Amino acid sequence: MIGDYTYTEFTSILAMQGFAGLTLFSVFVLMALGLAIIFGQMGVINMAHGEFMILGAYMTYLCSQFFSVYLPSLFSIYFFFAMILAFAASFLLGMLVEWGLIRFLYRRPLDTLLATWGLSLILQQAYRSIFGAREVGVTLPDWLMGSIALTDIIEIPINGLFVMGLTALITLGVYFGMFRSNWGKRMRAVVQNRTMAGAVGINTKMVDRMTFGLGCGIAGIAGSAFTMIGSTGPTAGQLYIVDTFLIVVFGGAGSLIGTIASAFSISQAQSTIEFFLSGSMAKVLTLLTVVGILMLRPQGLFTLKIRR
Amino acid sequence: MRQKTISPFSITRRALLAGIAVLPALTFASAPLRAQEVATADANTTGLAVTDDTVTVGILHSITGTMAISETGSVEAEKLAIDQINAAGGVLGRKIEYIQEDGASDWPTFAEKAKKLLVENKTAAVFGCWTSASRKAVLPVFEQYNGMLYYPTFYEGLEESPNVIYTGQEATQQIIAGIDWVVREKGAKSFYLLGSDYIWPRTANKIARKHIEKLGLKVSGEDYYPLGNTQFNSVINKIKLKKPDVIYAIVVGGSNVAFYKQLKAAGIDMSKEKPLLLTISVTEDEVRGIGGENIAGAYASMKYFESLPNDNNKAFVSAFKKMWGEDSVIGDVTQAAYLGPWLWKAAVEKAGSFDIDKVRAASPGIELTTAPEGYVRIHENHHLWSRTRIGHAREDGQFDVVFETKDLIEPNPFPEGYQ
Amino acid sequence: MSPALFLFRKREWIYFAILAFVLVIVFPSLFDNFRLNLIGKYLTYSFVALGLVLCWGYGGILSLGQGIFFGLGGYCMAMFLKLEASTPEATAIQSTPGIPDFMDWNQITSLPFWWEPFHSFTFTLFATIAVPVALAFIISVAMFKRRVGGVYFAIITQAIAAILTILIIGQQGYTGGVNGITDLRTLLGWDIRSDNARYVFYFICVALLLVSLIVAQFIRISKFGRLLIAMRDKEDRVRFSGYDVANFKIFIFCLAAALSAIGGAMFTLQVGFMSPSFVGIVPSIEMVIFCAVGGRLSIFGAIYGALLVNAAKTSLSETFPELWLFAMGGLFIAVVMVFPEGVAGLYRQHIEPLIVRGTSLLRIGKVRKPRPAAE
Repeated sequence: MIGDYTYTEFTSILAMQGFAGLTLFSVFVLMALGLAIIFGQMGVINMAHGEFMILGAYMTYLCSQFFSVYLPSLFSIYFFFAMILAFAASFLLGMLVEWGLIRFLYRRPLDTLLATWGLSLILQQAYRSIFGAREVGVTLPDWLMGSIALTDIIEIPINGLFVMGLTALITLGVYFGMFRSNWGKRMRAVVQNRTMAGAVGINTKMVDRMTFGLGCGIAGIAGSAFTMIGSTGPTAGQLYIVDTFLIVVFGGAGSLIGTIASAFSISQAQSTIEFFLSGSMAKVLTLLTVVGILMLRPQGLFTLKIRR
Repeated sequence: MRQKTISPFSITRRALLAGIAVLPALTFASAPLRAQEVATADANTTGLAVTDDTVTVGILHSITGTMAISETGSVEAEKLAIDQINAAGGVLGRKIEYIQEDGASDWPTFAEKAKKLLVENKTAAVFGCWTSASRKAVLPVFEQYNGMLYYPTFYEGLEESPNVIYTGQEATQQIIAGIDWVVREKGAKSFYLLGSDYIWPRTANKIARKHIEKLGLKVSGEDYYPLGNTQFNSVINKIKLKKPDVIYAIVVGGSNVAFYKQLKAAGIDMSKEKPLLLTISVTEDEVRGIGGENIAGAYASMKYFESLPNDNNKAFVSAFKKMWGEDSVIGDVTQAAYLGPWLWKAAVEKAGSFDIDKVRAASPGIELTTAPEGYVRIHENHHLWSRTRIGHAREDGQFDVVFETKDLIEPNPFPEGYQ
Repeated sequence: MSPALFLFRKREWIYFAILAFVLVIVFPSLFDNFRLNLIGKYLTYSFVALGLVLCWGYGGILSLGQGIFFGLGGYCMAMFLKLEASTPEATAIQSTPGIPDFMDWNQITSLPFWWEPFHSFTFTLFATIAVPVALAFIISVAMFKRRVGGVYFAIITQAIAAILTILIIGQQGYTGGVNGITDLRTLLGWDIRSDNARYVFYFICVALLLVSLIVAQFIRISKFGRLLIAMRDKEDRVRFSGYDVANFKIFIFCLAAALSAIGGAMFTLQVGFMSPSFVGIVPSIEMVIFCAVGGRLSIFGAIYGALLVNAAKTSLSETFPELWLFAMGGLFIAVVMVFPEGVAGLYRQHIEPLIVRGTSLLRIGKVRKPRPAAE
């Protein structure tokens, strides 16, 4: 007996809390990846990141409506189309925003913060005017619902597994994109030395636009995945923005591994504390610890050594 | 306690025959007064916005911000009621005009706008507010400038202002009947209390816990999550371990969607009722966001469901859908908001005056036999006597009413021993 | 000439006089009590905006957490007022009379020890400033001594605002939760809800604001003010010149926090309650926009900025509530893209030259006249 629980129960708790933490971890990684690219690589603070996520969620909603009315036979696989659409929509909007707004502000990060906050307000109201103030529900195909029962107590939700798989896939994709492709090479070259990159013939403006678009596109996919576990409403995006920024900063801006490591530690800490204390206190304690550590170690967990 | 109800059906049927089905007729003690019978100078001695033909009221809800999601239905219901009253001849023969203000989900804005409605617009009554926080913010304003607020939301109680008529249920009305029902009908022995972290769920759970413990049953856990939280896996794990008979959930807003989706994904099948889920915070409005398939099989305990089979409600639902679209849904709060203008009209006509003090004095005892929820009456403490019902959630987002209390339940905002 | 006269240049004295004239004479004679109270509420945000001009415009430190200090100042004042309103007689129906109503609702049976000192008005006045400044000091020492600034500082302050909000909401037995501390009635026995009190508070608010302006101006023209600008533009050079950059930053951040706290306390007095909705991220960022619209480099602009944005918010949300967010969003973007120095910048570029030309024409006229006499 450990506390109120028997030994098997206790191991089940550990297993299930571990899984809950992993789900949270995947969600955090999905949210933070796009931001880590935009903030870490370009130094742009995109406060409208949450709204790009919600755009993806609304695209998924539209897709589910469309498939259930016009293509009910394909409904079980609509989610894959929805994710592609979510990515495309956010990617295009991201490029548009970069072209119309961000490119004028590259040397003024604090101003990007204000401008994108304004953008987020506009997007929120636009969603409200288009989709209505009420939250919309996305119907999931049957195979994504339900769970796999391992023991009496331990049950693994399928949508949790799906989100994890998706996260792993996207993380790998981003890794190969950034470190193993020509495009990634160009992007890193621009980050490290814009002038030199331009001098060797890289179209730096295009790289900027693609990078920003990509970050937003990943946010769109995150939003799409979010419809499986969360809600879709005009203001839902704002809830995530602080968490997301903290994850990126805590991980050390510019470091992809750092972002993943910080998402992992924050999510595990939060889900463990949640089990013993109330959800509110768990959140306060986790955020407080993160802020405390950041005060002691402002560069975050991992840092790239860049000569400034 | 037992209330002799006057059957409203004969009147309503006649109204149907007369072709005004959408205008529920009102019955109350004295006969309605007509405009010509009450001179403006007599009906309005305190300088309210009343003319010979019109009377101005205020509607104060959030149209923007996070609460807009919830408050939209209330605004729609209040406008419908005002339209119907006007079509039926208005109040004391005067047409109701309304000034709508946006509280913007921001409490000081509510206070500011309430003050504007009372001080600048001199409105004779205000229909509005949704969250407890917004009501608390406007309360001093209504008390200082002596206004009248009709507040539609089910809430935590612990309040009894002479300047507010609470048309939703206070916590004991909503909670105790529901818990009694699951204990009696489903043999529930243990409960897991869960809520969003603010005053209503916390107070409601306190009342629930006291009642459960008084019945000699067990509370196996109690948990709160910040508003807007979307990760409930930890509490779901705790529920699985403690194996309570009933999950008593008071989750609000966007968190609802996450909670029910994750509950279902974690393999807790609500239709098996092991554990059974009982909520007091999910109305048809919320189900729309959650998705009927995610919550089907859960039970909700409140005073109104859209599917109530009485004639009043059928007329109300069809009028509401005619005005706001076929796909609109009506939840408990929306119905309570609809009662506001009607209760006010009845009180004004009983008092023969728009004066706040006279309306207040006339309010206790006002009854509405045409209420969609059936019959309601205003208690001395400004809350409504009402029935509590248990709804069983269906896939299509509606509830089957499986139980309703035989008697009207007396509102008791300051329950002894529950505080 | 005394240093006080040097404080403002001649033109700035005129601006100061115009502002004082508008606030003291024009507004009170133009508006009724209700609107004047609203303006008083907007003016409390001016304190925050003024603090941001010093800290952000001059110091280059963007804080997205000014709501923390505004809120803490407001809460300190609200705690005092709530205790005064919770006399055993007024709360006789509670199970524990004499404690604030929300504590009773949460089964708290005695006043928490950290509420006790707020029975004293002197202590409250002290705490209103001291508590927020102490927090600002801790945050800024931890950050600036490690040379963290810019974007990171902004994000951390934002996170602290989020934490404080969750904490206040979660500990509702001690803080009133999401509802905040409401139903405040009297200040030392004087009904703060009366029209009379509202008038008095408006003028106290204006007086405090004018004093704060003079303090801000004093800092602006002092050597310290010049160092601030130098730090903002080339921090390393200032450091290499032998200055301790961190200490200057800590000081200016604490000063901005103190100004915000005064604003918060005046807000509580004029509006009659305080709630966590002023502490969070959204209000904190909105406060930055007041400053940005007024002009981040202009102490006068900050005050006009807060007034303008809030007046626009009130009137727009009265007429077109749906449009308000579009307008607000557009304002954020415009203030960054089109007029980065805000209203003050527009004035300096377009209106001031006209005035200067006008006055110089007059002056030239005056100078020319005597000339023929001399010849």
